Amino acid sequence: MSAPRKLRVATVSLAGCFGCHMSLLDIDEHVFALLDKVELDRSPLTDLKTCGPCDIGLVEGGVCNSENVHVLREFRAQCKTLVAMGACAINGGLPAQRNHLDVGQCLSAVFQSRPGMDTAEVPDDPELPLPLDKVHPIHEVVRVDYFLPGCPPSGEAIWQFISDLLAGRTPRVSYPLLHFD
Amino acid sequence: MALGASQRVDDVLKRFGERPEYLLQMLIALQETENWLPPAALTALASALRLPRARVEGVVGFYSFLHAQPVGRYRLLFSDNIIDRMLGSEVLMARLCHNLWLAPGQVSEDGLASVDVTSCTGLGDQGPAMLVNGRAVAALNEDRIDIICELIRQKLALDAWPAELFEFENNIHQRDALLSCAAPPGDALQAAIAMGRDAWLNQVQASRLRGRGGAGFTTAVKWLACRDAPATEKIVVCNADEGEPGTFKDRVLLSAHADLVFEGMTLAAWAVGARRGFLYLRGEYLNLRPALEATLARRRADGWLGASIGGAVGFDFDIEIHLGAGAYVCGEETALLESLEGKRGTPRIRPPFPVTHGYLGLPTVVNNVETLAKCCLIALHGGAAFAATGTAQSAGTKLLSVSGDCARPGIYEFPFGVTVRQVLDACGAIDTLAVQVGGAAGITLAPYEFGRRVAFEDVPTAGAFMVFNDTRDMFDVAHNFVQFFAHESCGFCTPCRVGTSLLAGTLDKLAEGKGSPADLLEIEDLDRLLKQASHCGLGSAAPNPVIDGLQKFRPAYERHLMHADFSPAFDLDGALRRARQITGRDDAGAHLPQQPEASR
Repeated sequence: MSAPRKLRVATVSLAGCFGCHMSLLDIDEHVFALLDKVELDRSPLTDLKTCGPCDIGLVEGGVCNSENVHVLREFRAQCKTLVAMGACAINGGLPAQRNHLDVGQCLSAVFQSRPGMDTAEVPDDPELPLPLDKVHPIHEVVRVDYFLPGCPPSGEAIWQFISDLLAGRTPRVSYPLLHFD
Repeated sequence: MALGASQRVDDVLKRFGERPEYLLQMLIALQETENWLPPAALTALASALRLPRARVEGVVGFYSFLHAQPVGRYRLLFSDNIIDRMLGSEVLMARLCHNLWLAPGQVSEDGLASVDVTSCTGLGDQGPAMLVNGRAVAALNEDRIDIICELIRQKLALDAWPAELFEFENNIHQRDALLSCAAPPGDALQAAIAMGRDAWLNQVQASRLRGRGGAGFTTAVKWLACRDAPATEKIVVCNADEGEPGTFKDRVLLSAHADLVFEGMTLAAWAVGARRGFLYLRGEYLNLRPALEATLARRRADGWLGASIGGAVGFDFDIEIHLGAGAYVCGEETALLESLEGKRGTPRIRPPFPVTHGYLGLPTVVNNVETLAKCCLIALHGGAAFAATGTAQSAGTKLLSVSGDCARPGIYEFPFGVTVRQVLDACGAIDTLAVQVGGAAGITLAPYEFGRRVAFEDVPTAGAFMVFNDTRDMFDVAHNFVQFFAHESCGFCTPCRVGTSLLAGTLDKLAEGKGSPADLLEIEDLDRLLKQASHCGLGSAAPNPVIDGLQKFRPAYERHLMHADFSPAFDLDGALRRARQITGRDDAGAHLPQQPEASR
């Protein structure tokens, strides 16, 4: 009998700090067990630039610009199960602290009014994604199946969560793995 | 602070004996003269009462009728219950704003007036209604709105306005034991005094009277526990904070049968041995206060309040009226007690229950207006006679506040066990699509359930009975109720504070036509969370209209859905507008479609 098909997993960091991905690597020796069961699709670990059909998508970070929207929609379209991983994906997190500021003023403060940059223009290269006026949690842009809280979620919590998903169980992360006090 | 103002602060302090538990009453009194609560006045109150200033400010911030910022000289608040909306309140509000040249929620430039909405003002049978500086005006129509505008433009003081503006009807359409009770004041009390305290309590026990405020707790059990609680001083509180949208029976009892209510409170005091009583009157019923004070004064003069009531030596009891200030949650008994103590109306953790630790820690009986009025019937005719009507578990009659799509909205008194259809027939409702029994926190009944009975064992209610005919959208009804809960959440516990707002936000999204099947799942999740994790009944009842709606009127919700998997609630392309503007870009990459390409 042949071994069961390996599940395909994609990961991405949108408006995040890669802390959740660091935490994912923090599962230590479980990495071997994980790689026995999954194949990575688009992910900072594979450096693939587009996402194929996947079983699980892990999304770190909120949605701060148009590129984030496109990537997130690609993930939603390709991944059977989409997971919001960490505080920024769930609430907008730290990047959302700019939400009470006007994004236009932010851009001009950074590119025009800083000392030594008085003559500079706000970059208008079409290659650059435009920032949204507010940073949104990912569930405000696409449907999300699961939320894994934490800033970042601990390696253990991520491992517990992924093992449940891989085994076909409803993920349950116990309280000791979630509390921070 | 101006000299005059500081003098008025001192007057208020003196009037309430500088007791901190009267803080809320002081603030209400002060606002009456100052029109708002200036920071200097709050500081003066705080230092005189030896309270932290933050405590005083916290109280001001909690009650929606108290203002820490200057407001218009005339504050016009439209009752925003779904029934008022069905009667055309939104059009009238737009007319008023247009006439006065202002936008809802703003103070006019000359500081003359502000127009906004408030929760149900308890005039659903004669809406649309509004409050003018706290005083209710019912039966609004275009003429009345124009008259009010003119009075405001003339800057006439409220006392000089035509008195008929502030009058309202009782609209009693069906009387039973309570509403046809014509016993002269004092008779019930005399009968109970003649029985003696213990025999009187036995009669209450025999009557199987249960609380009429909604929860239906057995009154005699409450009174016994309070009587037996170890303390020298006991308190009786009448809960007249009738905030449940669509309920107005207490308003009618207090205007037409105030003697029965006060006599009921005195009967409770006789049973438990209380010396002090409070009537906690919701701020919306300010109009009733002068008449209630006059009734109290008459009862004192007649010897039915005060010392040695009815000649019984040692039976001393008196009642004072405390005002609320626009907080629905204060209808919950422990929140009400906090409010009576001059604090924010945050529900307490129970146990201990008020019967042992209530007002200022003293054993306290808190009863609904109707419950107390019913006690007079028990004293007059005996407990067995009272228990003879109604059903096995719900003795006696129930007052129903009928409003909405029917020919004769008003008060109906029926014995418990009456079917919903009987009530609909009595009030002249035709083509009825649904009935909301028990107010926003109650239960939505579909036509197949109109055979169900109003009683604690089937459809319990505090008295609201809102009728919707088949031209109404039950989604709009639930949407209105959820907005109400989000507004009235006291903010103490996160599940309710955040949950009610999220639920309201999701329903807003559906109302704007941006909903998707995923949002219905989200609503079901929020419903579960609110039900299970809230601190008090407000949060756990908040999703009721949506739960019932999704179960019984799902097509009304599905009409609001897009057929997409998911669509954002906000305008994605609009969110890039500011960045496009600052970068001067308008290329394809500078735009976002609202739906992913593939699913469009």
